[in-house]
Amino acid sequence: MPRLSLFRSALISAAAISLTASSADAFTAYVTNEKDNTVSVIDTEKLEVIKTAKVGQRPRGIVMSNDGKWIIICTSDDNDVKVYDAKTLEYVKTLPSGPDPELLVLHPDGNRLYIANEDDNLVTVVDIHTGQVITEIPVGVEPEGMGMSPDGKVIVNTSETTNMAHFIDTTEHKTFDNVLVDSRPRVAIFNAAQTQLWVSSEVGGTVTVINPADRKIIGKIHFEIPGITREAIQPVGIRITKDDKIAFVALGPANRVAVIDTTTFKVLKYILVGQRVWQMYFTPDNKLLFTTNGASNDVTAIDVANQKAIKSIKVGRYPWGVVVSPN
Amino acid sequence: MAVSSIGSNAGSAARRRNWVALSISLLLASLALAVGPARAEDATPPQTTAPAAAAPAAPSQGAESKSDPVSSSDASQKKLTFSVLYVKQNRTKDLPLSMLDLPAKDDGIAGAKLAIEDNNTTGRFLNQTFKLDVLNGDVDELIKGATEKVAAGDSFIIADLEPDALLKFADALAGKPAVIFNVGSPDTRLREEDCRANVLHIAPSHAMLADALAQYLVWKKWPNWLLVYGPRPEDKLLADSYRHAAKKFGGKIVEEREFKEPTGSRRADGGFEQVQQQIPTFMQGAKDHDVVLVADAGNLFADYFPYRTWIPRPVAGSAGLVASSWHPALELWGGTQFQHRFKRLNSRNMRPIDYDAWVATRVVGEAATRKQTSDFKVLSSFIHSPGFEVAAFKGVATSFRSWNGQLRQPIIVGTPKLLVSVSPQQGFLHQSSVLDTLGIDKPETKCKAYTQ
Repeated sequence: MPRLSLFRSALISAAAISLTASSADAFTAYVTNEKDNTVSVIDTEKLEVIKTAKVGQRPRGIVMSNDGKWIIICTSDDNDVKVYDAKTLEYVKTLPSGPDPELLVLHPDGNRLYIANEDDNLVTVVDIHTGQVITEIPVGVEPEGMGMSPDGKVIVNTSETTNMAHFIDTTEHKTFDNVLVDSRPRVAIFNAAQTQLWVSSEVGGTVTVINPADRKIIGKIHFEIPGITREAIQPVGIRITKDDKIAFVALGPANRVAVIDTTTFKVLKYILVGQRVWQMYFTPDNKLLFTTNGASNDVTAIDVANQKAIKSIKVGRYPWGVVVSPN
Repeated sequence: MAVSSIGSNAGSAARRRNWVALSISLLLASLALAVGPARAEDATPPQTTAPAAAAPAAPSQGAESKSDPVSSSDASQKKLTFSVLYVKQNRTKDLPLSMLDLPAKDDGIAGAKLAIEDNNTTGRFLNQTFKLDVLNGDVDELIKGATEKVAAGDSFIIADLEPDALLKFADALAGKPAVIFNVGSPDTRLREEDCRANVLHIAPSHAMLADALAQYLVWKKWPNWLLVYGPRPEDKLLADSYRHAAKKFGGKIVEEREFKEPTGSRRADGGFEQVQQQIPTFMQGAKDHDVVLVADAGNLFADYFPYRTWIPRPVAGSAGLVASSWHPALELWGGTQFQHRFKRLNSRNMRPIDYDAWVATRVVGEAATRKQTSDFKVLSSFIHSPGFEVAAFKGVATSFRSWNGQLRQPIIVGTPKLLVSVSPQQGFLHQSSVLDTLGIDKPETKCKAYTQ
């Protein structure tokens, strides 16, 4: 038996080595530093900052164009959205948005950008190529989270003071359902199969899972961490693996990321990262997950398969959003 | 005080019947505001796309718009209306020293108005509407007006009254289907020996404010305090809170001085020449201390102390470093958007009493959203239940203490322009909630109305 387990562990470590080796597909991660007005560019193979670029004021939400050519950033204190070249970090153009844009999501068509305007109780829809506002959709008080269904038919917006997930039809651009969740919903995200929509409630301290088909609540996840007060557990960022099996939830000032089984909704473990962890993003191969740790000015890389933090990378002050290039 | 003078003037009640019943139906107007004029005020950069933005596919103005953002299934829900009554006692108070502290006419009410708008934005998804009624008057007029309103179905009352008036008001409404939210009086006794079962306290007590400040000073390792308090009874009560906080957190009051000088009118041409002499002389010869703590409940003299002390020491308490429920420059926890919404609606900064009134009105909105009924008993028992929480831009949920009805919440410790810290401070621990390190805790409460 001992020999067998030895053999097995050898196999596992061999697998681990090959894993690390194959992550030699280097991607580029972009991190917005809210306090520094910069973006830190990270090489996901070396796990190092390779460039820091000045952007607009108070950069927060960040996405990439579907072709990977642009990074698109909510520059909140400029009250607009700015586009930069992903390779050179050179300024390309400014897109309109309502005041104080915070989070945004791009439609699978690669054209329509949905922006949450926290100050205006609106979701603004912008064509990123023409720079025209297509429409504005009234939602609840302080819109924030933006979850796009993989087929592009539905966008879900969360409103932080109204405490709802608003389901919006992307053809009509009208709300067709509103689901009440716990206090201060921050992030909404669909799984790949579109059978689950996950919504984090920062002040409520929970994650609600909704069936997008009938908008019924199918799960409510609570968190308990020994030695951490209930008040410090503030779920924000959520990411679900491509195979829909595991979800990661960033717990804010609890300084941990929860790993959750998406079938049982049970928390499998808590991974210690930096301070006040908010947003997260996978590498396209799902091997690494990057977390922004606002209060400790760093980004943690998590090995997804082993569910372990492998490195924390110093970035600018108050890192907020993160995105990884698709190629 | 107000009570007795009103009693003696009972004959002239008709003349004094100057209370204004102002019914603010913000519901539909707010919809238009949210997408209309409010946007125009924003400093959005010039947009080439303005025409597109100005023609949203969404509800624009007026009554017709109300069903637009709502799904058809929502519209079938029964329409519910919730009235919040704001009662504000007419007072003849000495004015605070600084022009910056002069209360606005709509002090407090402005916060309730914003929360009505916020509640209505949420309400349009649930077919719920909220409205605000405001009564101004002396306590007897307020009792009369509120009794009528309660009989007509106003169950939630925000009260900005002096302590004795609040007690009289609460007792007059005892047994009626009404919950009173105290936003006007920080006196600890209203939460303790004089607590009332029908009153919830949104405004933090003097005890909470003193504890919040004391925790910070102790954390800063400035534990030796010179306590200066004013001659009025409320100043002495506030001084008691500082003494209590010192004992609780290991601060030391090295000396106490009563500031008896009459404060006089808040301004005169000149004036500073004498103050510049008066304060250093008053502070001469004190035992060495780290901080001067000034207890001046009415803001009538504390602001004379910073930069005029005998030895160079920071001032805290009623001037200098001050503890409060809100700060007009707070931008944490999504506070920026909240401050912007308030400014757009009211064209001024949000003060603590505005914030307190906002929270009170949001408590009603939160209960209505979660319970989706207008049944007073259901709403009231939910608000009083241990599971009730409301998010109030404090980073953590706020909730009510089961032993005295006080809202537990983090407290801002700040200078006039910016926050310095937020209490509870790190390292002050509690077995159930660190928020309960601020104010009177369960084992020490003298309130009986809540435990019975």
